[in-house]
Amino acid sequence: MLKNTLSKVHHIFNRPSYRRSSTRSYSRFRVGSAFRFLLLSLTFFSITAYAAEVTKEQIKGLDEQVQDIKKDVLELTSELTRLEEKLLFPSNTQVSLFVSLAGDEGFILDSMQIKMDNKVVAQHLYTFKEVEALRKGGVQRIYTGNYKTGDHALVASFIGRTKSGTEYQRSENFTVTKAVGPKFVEIQITGKSASDQTLTFKDW
Amino acid sequence: MPFRFITFLSALLCSLSSFAASGLKDVELRDLYFGEILYYAYQDLHFDALSRLDAELSQYYEIDEAHLDPLHMHLGQAEFSVGDIELQYRMNQRAGKAIQAVLGEGIDMATRNQAALALARVFYKKNDPQSTLYALDLIRDEPEKSRYEAKYTFDVLRGKPPETFDTDVAYLRAKASIDTGQFGKAVELLQSLQKEKTLQGYVQYNLGIALIQNGREAEGLKVLDQLGLMETDDNGLLALKDKTNLKLAYHYLDEADAKRALKYFERVRLDGPYSNRALLGAGWVSVARGRYDRALVPWSMLHERAETNHSVQEVIMAVPYAYAKLGAHGKAANLYNHAMDVFAREIGSLDESIKSIRTGKFLAALLDEQSDKDKNWVVNLRELPDTPETRYILELMASHDFQESYKNYKDLAELRHHIDKWLADLRVYEEMIEIRRNYQEPLLPVVEEKFKKLDARIKLRLEQRENIATRLKNMLISPRPEYLATSAERQAMDVINALKEIMVTNPAAVDEKTRQRVKRLNGVIHWQVHSEYDQRLTDAYNNLISLDEIIKDMKIRYHSFIRTRQAATQSYEGYTIPIRQLRTRLFAAQRKLKGVMAKQGRMIETMASNELDRRRKRLEEYQIKARFALAESYDRATKAQLDAEIAKQQQALEAEQAVPAATEEIAEEEPKQELEEQVEPEADEPDQEEGGGRSSFKQQLLGQ
Repeated sequence: MLKNTLSKVHHIFNRPSYRRSSTRSYSRFRVGSAFRFLLLSLTFFSITAYAAEVTKEQIKGLDEQVQDIKKDVLELTSELTRLEEKLLFPSNTQVSLFVSLAGDEGFILDSMQIKMDNKVVAQHLYTFKEVEALRKGGVQRIYTGNYKTGDHALVASFIGRTKSGTEYQRSENFTVTKAVGPKFVEIQITGKSASDQTLTFKDW
Repeated sequence: MPFRFITFLSALLCSLSSFAASGLKDVELRDLYFGEILYYAYQDLHFDALSRLDAELSQYYEIDEAHLDPLHMHLGQAEFSVGDIELQYRMNQRAGKAIQAVLGEGIDMATRNQAALALARVFYKKNDPQSTLYALDLIRDEPEKSRYEAKYTFDVLRGKPPETFDTDVAYLRAKASIDTGQFGKAVELLQSLQKEKTLQGYVQYNLGIALIQNGREAEGLKVLDQLGLMETDDNGLLALKDKTNLKLAYHYLDEADAKRALKYFERVRLDGPYSNRALLGAGWVSVARGRYDRALVPWSMLHERAETNHSVQEVIMAVPYAYAKLGAHGKAANLYNHAMDVFAREIGSLDESIKSIRTGKFLAALLDEQSDKDKNWVVNLRELPDTPETRYILELMASHDFQESYKNYKDLAELRHHIDKWLADLRVYEEMIEIRRNYQEPLLPVVEEKFKKLDARIKLRLEQRENIATRLKNMLISPRPEYLATSAERQAMDVINALKEIMVTNPAAVDEKTRQRVKRLNGVIHWQVHSEYDQRLTDAYNNLISLDEIIKDMKIRYHSFIRTRQAATQSYEGYTIPIRQLRTRLFAAQRKLKGVMAKQGRMIETMASNELDRRRKRLEEYQIKARFALAESYDRATKAQLDAEIAKQQQALEAEQAVPAATEEIAEEEPKQELEEQVEPEADEPDQEEGGGRSSFKQQLLGQ
């Protein structure tokens, strides 16, 4: 019975032309052949479909060319980044501020604002990916600017929330003492619980 | 054989889903700029992370006192990260070199081991299982010993192996063993990983396949059967479970075991990614058992689904086939007719799609910004109004080759954006430099002139200070009180000395009283200078210290001025040539990128149009078969109707003949003939009508 049915399945999809004849003539088809046909037609027909036109070698060859370009552009970008920094932020006036997150995992950082000498110099709204990156140990350079030597008032503020949705904000002051060389300050958001995060500053 | 082929491919595809491990986790930060690199790396912004890392490393290697750069505390990690991020950015060639460099001497064992694992992953991604196993053999078993060597104080940074390190190694080794045909070894490794929660499902799947390939089919099928029953909420695992059940079902179909095949088909979820194929297969199992009515249950469900799917298109043909088998030829004919409409519509739509690809809309859709934010962008592409093609090539778009080509295309588009931005920035920088030059150049000579005068005075004062300091130092050894006499004392001493000289040269001019007075005055001054000497020396030292503080401030200002003057010059000097060179290189890269991007785009379009063309051909074949099947069903329906009519007429005739012959024989025959004459046309009439209709319909079909 099964053998006959399989032959019929084969018959209906592979009959070369219209015939009134019954399925008897196809009874010679083996069961395995019919199902192999089904399997191959259902599952892997698509895999081999375009292989005739676009070969693996072509894909590989083009991929190598893409990698070469990536290498070239990365080298160029690296040089250009250094040139840009030298041009825009000379080391004798450079002040860079970094944000890190070391607090409770239940805390979600929404936004950050930085004031230098009573002037807003940076504002940032955080995406989920950015917060995750900070949580894993990444550090965000939120601001780079030029300042003369001496003391400068820094005010850092953040808005965040707990996982339950309770929103709150904190603000802290710090004095950035700029000397002759470049100045780096880390602004760290830290705290024991998600609802009690605060800001600490670290001179580097 | 097909099952083996399927399982082998499945093992390969399954292995590709291995989780990406990173050597960048759990890093204690010693350099803020390295932290910034991590910030981008953790967001999968590989280009940003790599360009910054390259810049930091090249800066580190250029400076004379590299140990003063905080990056030196992350150096091993940074070198390793280059390879790791490059690998994630699909720069296999460079990643392999970078990681091999880390495998060199002088690196602690834990970092070496991680580098070896990363290298093995590179090889595995390149479909080189032999080299994968070679790289895995470089891993040593005793990282603890070397990790705490005195020279590496920052052991955490030096590559503390992640908790899953051993598991990752064993799993990768098992997959590479399957690919190299070492199924026994793969089975051994996978069996040891069966309890590993992070790999739950994947280990069982690969184990089942390895067992089957190793000739232990019964055990393999048992493992797969257990996987098919696994309870989980995870979407990925649910899909894997469905896939396993589907594979098992087709395996048993291949073995002509319809009962078991049905069992596995029934396990596949109705709303999962494999449901269409399962419904189709379940129908075929019923057909195989001669239960056409039961086959219609899953097939009717499938019949209602999206007509672009392969399985649905097949079932559009299979449903009328089942109806025909059940003797409902009229219904079958209607459904074949519907099938032909569907296929004609789909072929038209495919033609539109191919045109759409040729006009570049497909590539534009692929570069849509939404695709970066939306995880299901491939599926949601169906919703785009101007890209009908995306509905047909979802399977193609999910394939590895297409994904790689697509990612390359997107990367190239991103690089193009970077190059354009830099070229625009360079123009701004040049303008900025020119403004600075115009401002600074007239000022600097005036400042320089003033500075020279001040510099001369500063040098003079510093010399004076040095003289005083030397004198005071000598006075500690040989006291010279007269050096510390006040100006009044000095004047008085000069007067006294002058008087003494007069007294010597002209003694008669000075009386005794005056002599005594001069002597007394000389004694008073001598007493004063000598008795206050210690205090005066102390005061002098204190004054020198105060002077030093002032000199220190002066030197700070002096150096600050020097730097500012240097910075002022550097703010516009020395940029012209580098900017010109960089611009030339950017233009060269832009030209090269343009060519490669065009090739990559063409390749993607070719892949898509080939897939659409293949689908089109398939639909055309279906369409032809539907025409013949329609004609057959139509004939059968007509014949059945005709047979029924004839049977009805015969029954009526027999009833007539059964009437008792009460009338005359002639009188009996005439109505009979009349009846026969009437019956024949009646019986032929519909046949003629339908026959005429059929032939015209056939002509229509053939005409199409």
